[in-house]
Amino acid sequence: MKELSEVNLPEDVRYTKDHEWARKKEETFQIGISDFAQDQLGDIVFVELPEVGDRFESGDEFGTVESVKAVSELFMPLGGEVVTINEALEDAPELVNNLPYTEGWMLEIKASDPAEYDQLMDRAAYLDMLKGLEE
Amino acid sequence: MIDSVGTRGLILNEPFLWERGGKGRTGYSLPRRDVPSVPLPDHLAGDGPDFPDLSEVEVVRHYTRLSTWNYGVDSGMYPLGSCTMKYNPKTNDRQASLTGFSGAHPLVPSELCQGALQLIYDLEHHLAHVAGLDAVSVQPSAGAQGELAGMLIFSAYHRDQGKPRSKILIPDTAHGTNPASAALCGYKAVPVETGPDGVLLPETVEALMDDDTAGIMVTNPNTLGLFETHIQAIADIIHAKDGLVYADGANMNAVMGVVDFGRAGVDVLHINLHKTFSTPHGGGGPGSGPVCVCKRLEPFLPVPRVVKTGESYALSEDFPKSIGKLHAFYGNFGIMVRAYSYMLSMGPKLKDVSQHAVLNANYIKEKLKDVYHLPFDVPCMHECVFTDKFLEAHKITTLDVAKRLIDYGFHPPTIYFPLVVHGAIMIEPTESESLENIDQFIATMRQIAQEAKENPSLLTEAPRNPKVRRMDETQAARKPCLRG
Amino acid sequence: MRYLSHTPKDIETMLQAVGVRDLDGLFSTIPDDCKRLDTLNIPELTEWELNDHMAGLAGQMVSSADYKMFAGAGSYQHYIPEVTRYLLSRSEFVTAYTPYQPEMSQGTLQGIFEYQTLVCRLLGMDVANASLYDGAMAVAEALLMAIRIGRRKNTVAVSSLVNPYYRKVVETYFAPTEFNIEWLPYREDGTTDLSGLGQIKDLAGVAVQSPNFFGCIEELAEAGKAIHDQDAIFITSFSEPLAYGLLKAPGDLDADIVCGEGQSLGIPQSFGGPGVGIFAAKQKYVRNLPGRLVGQTVDADGQRGFVLTLSTREQHIRREKATSNICSNQSLCAMAAGMYMAALGGTGFRELAALNHDKAEYLKSALQAAGLEIPFTSATFNEFVVKFPEGFDRQWQDLLQKKILAGIPMVCYYPELANHYLLCVTETRSKNDMDALVKEVQS
Repeated sequence: MKELSEVNLPEDVRYTKDHEWARKKEETFQIGISDFAQDQLGDIVFVELPEVGDRFESGDEFGTVESVKAVSELFMPLGGEVVTINEALEDAPELVNNLPYTEGWMLEIKASDPAEYDQLMDRAAYLDMLKGLEE
Repeated sequence: MIDSVGTRGLILNEPFLWERGGKGRTGYSLPRRDVPSVPLPDHLAGDGPDFPDLSEVEVVRHYTRLSTWNYGVDSGMYPLGSCTMKYNPKTNDRQASLTGFSGAHPLVPSELCQGALQLIYDLEHHLAHVAGLDAVSVQPSAGAQGELAGMLIFSAYHRDQGKPRSKILIPDTAHGTNPASAALCGYKAVPVETGPDGVLLPETVEALMDDDTAGIMVTNPNTLGLFETHIQAIADIIHAKDGLVYADGANMNAVMGVVDFGRAGVDVLHINLHKTFSTPHGGGGPGSGPVCVCKRLEPFLPVPRVVKTGESYALSEDFPKSIGKLHAFYGNFGIMVRAYSYMLSMGPKLKDVSQHAVLNANYIKEKLKDVYHLPFDVPCMHECVFTDKFLEAHKITTLDVAKRLIDYGFHPPTIYFPLVVHGAIMIEPTESESLENIDQFIATMRQIAQEAKENPSLLTEAPRNPKVRRMDETQAARKPCLRG
Repeated sequence: MRYLSHTPKDIETMLQAVGVRDLDGLFSTIPDDCKRLDTLNIPELTEWELNDHMAGLAGQMVSSADYKMFAGAGSYQHYIPEVTRYLLSRSEFVTAYTPYQPEMSQGTLQGIFEYQTLVCRLLGMDVANASLYDGAMAVAEALLMAIRIGRRKNTVAVSSLVNPYYRKVVETYFAPTEFNIEWLPYREDGTTDLSGLGQIKDLAGVAVQSPNFFGCIEELAEAGKAIHDQDAIFITSFSEPLAYGLLKAPGDLDADIVCGEGQSLGIPQSFGGPGVGIFAAKQKYVRNLPGRLVGQTVDADGQRGFVLTLSTREQHIRREKATSNICSNQSLCAMAAGMYMAALGGTGFRELAALNHDKAEYLKSALQAAGLEIPFTSATFNEFVVKFPEGFDRQWQDLLQKKILAGIPMVCYYPELANHYLLCVTETRSKNDMDALVKEVQS
């Protein structure tokens, strides 16, 4: 397990309390899980994603991520319709472990209410939350 | 330094079956052909399976070598918590292989199978007696199917009352089969938090129980190895709202001849014959999971049931409220024969079994609690649970301890269950172990605790003695290769 | 007592260490009102008394050792080679636990991996699990799996020629759910009538059995097409896997799930259990499979080895969202089946299947020549239905007195089939046995 100082927390995404991140792109939002989350999970063996066209509200469960001995649910940082999923994860789930913010992205959505993005935590707030968890 | 039970040894490699053999070899004596050959219609005919052809010697060497890579209760101690790996008496296997039993077709008229029907009837009667309940069906094939039967009975009971219910209370220490079985019946599992002393508290249950809750599934003794001391108060709370109490009897080895589940307020209980009643685990089954009920739930038991009229036994489907059938025939009869033989071999000494099982677990608890962290320093039942708290300082995990035990010639205890205990190590010695063996186990665990401090790589690199070292489970899950 | 090793001295030493006065003191945490008020009242027998008692019970059974059985209907008499009986008795297989510690269980793990492989090869499928309880529960699990795959579809269709006991178990598993079962009728030729499939809404899956309960071989290629045309999961089941020594493998006919009973593969009949539930599917459905799976991998030194894998499907991790509640399965019986398939080999398996088929054909022809009616015209494997004249049930009882079980009466399963009996002939029936039966029923 990484020390908090070793956890990668880029500035260009916003975070949720369940350790997902969202990144604002031109027309869509990209979603994945944080470096802290992948480190806690250990070797990821499978990611279950929804189908293109599925709709969710903010906070809805949209899939699961599995390690050898555990399953964790994934929750939407903001609501919307799924426009693409990362098919590379089917054969290479380890991308989530190795590159959680880039090649390990999970899905892209068209947001129903883009303002929800601003409600998410920025890097500093998420780091504070992680420090709080440690205690 | 102690002497290790585990040592190096020459065992042999053996490839896959299909990496052996040669076309035309056989390990089977084909019965004489005394009729002409008749072809099948072309469009139905296939080419037959692509199996290797092996000689008898190849078959014997193959499986003999494979068996040497395994460790069973006959090899040594197997202190797996909640699994009750007791000795499997050989006379039980002899009885099951009597041709009257092994060669019996299940659909012959009842006059021609009185022996089996009597055995089922008597076994059900004896199990009811040990449990303190009124009626039993031995039809479920395993504990999980017994739980399913129990949940179906709950569901049938409330529908019969005209008031189906949608929720069921399940403690956070429950075995995974509990919520899984409840879900198969459409129940929503409502988690119940265990109290600070490791047992359920009546007030916690009271706060959750309502008219839409079918009841509660308790394991008693629970998976922390403790008797649920408030079971009666909890049962009263459940019954007050016409709910039912289900007991998972996986840990019954602790309380035979001691506890009366009927008096404790339990309505439905399942038993694992492959745990408490000594039938062999077989590498994962077959087992048997009889379901026991109180009188008012008897009408709901699975059918067919064996009924006795005078001195004769017969199968009857005449139970209109029955939940139905769970097995194509009557359950794992061959397993029932073994459990029945065990019960008759022990008789009232089933109580001694529980007493010795509980004594052994408490003895281990006392002798290890200074080197492994004990979350509940109270008398335990047939198993004791430690956490990994003392190991964390040395960056050693429960898994490392388990793997090191293998090098010393012991099967590891149950690990990482129940989930409410961090890095759980659940030790169930059973009554089968001698004092010397238990002392050897204790000395080994103490040695490993020492190694964790002084030479941790002995643990993290373990095991080294068996045929294989730690397996790459990540690869097995990422790139599953499930056949050859 | 030979299973309890503690002497009074041992007990005293241990009680002292625990700090308790006597054995009863160990149960101090148990409230009095949960305790037994009586002592256990179960007979206690010596090993010799037990032998006598059990011989007495077994002596009140008729078995294949003393009767000529012409009965199948889900439980089959086949010769079990001594070699498989012997190998299965090795206590390292028998007394081992589930292989959760793979380093100590490579024997069981490779044995089950081989079983999974041979099952796939027998049935033409991509992946097989480590076993379910029996054929009945396997069909129930297959239908539930079809519903999981079909997501929003809530109906399954099941042929009325699937073994009637399997159908009852399916009903039991479906009773508490919101899902519907449609029963499919049968045609005059003894196979399933799938013509009504198009009328069934929200159809997730369809199950047929081949050879079916009448012993008839279903037209699986056509069935598969009709079922896939409805965008449903094609499930085939069986109670006699030996048939696939001769028949086209269901996997080659595009079956999505193949399941059934494997008792015929080296497992004694044993009054109906334990048997083994065989379950196989296409690769794309692997994460939806119920039950345990053994997978191949490497160890820390790069050596080949095996582990239980894809465990996140199962109850101990997924809990209420698991693909099934199954924990213990029929592992030792799966090992037995693997050993039996190994002993027979591909050549032996095919020859044995042919022998079963040909003997059954011999009896069928002989009965026809004797004037008896074979009502269903479809091809059969080692079972077939005979329509006897009115009043045959009397003679059926008489034949029992002569130690001949002349088939299983069908009327309790199909009320329209009075005087119909399901006969089975395996390699264990000789030409003489069959000639004797024909002679009896001719008169």
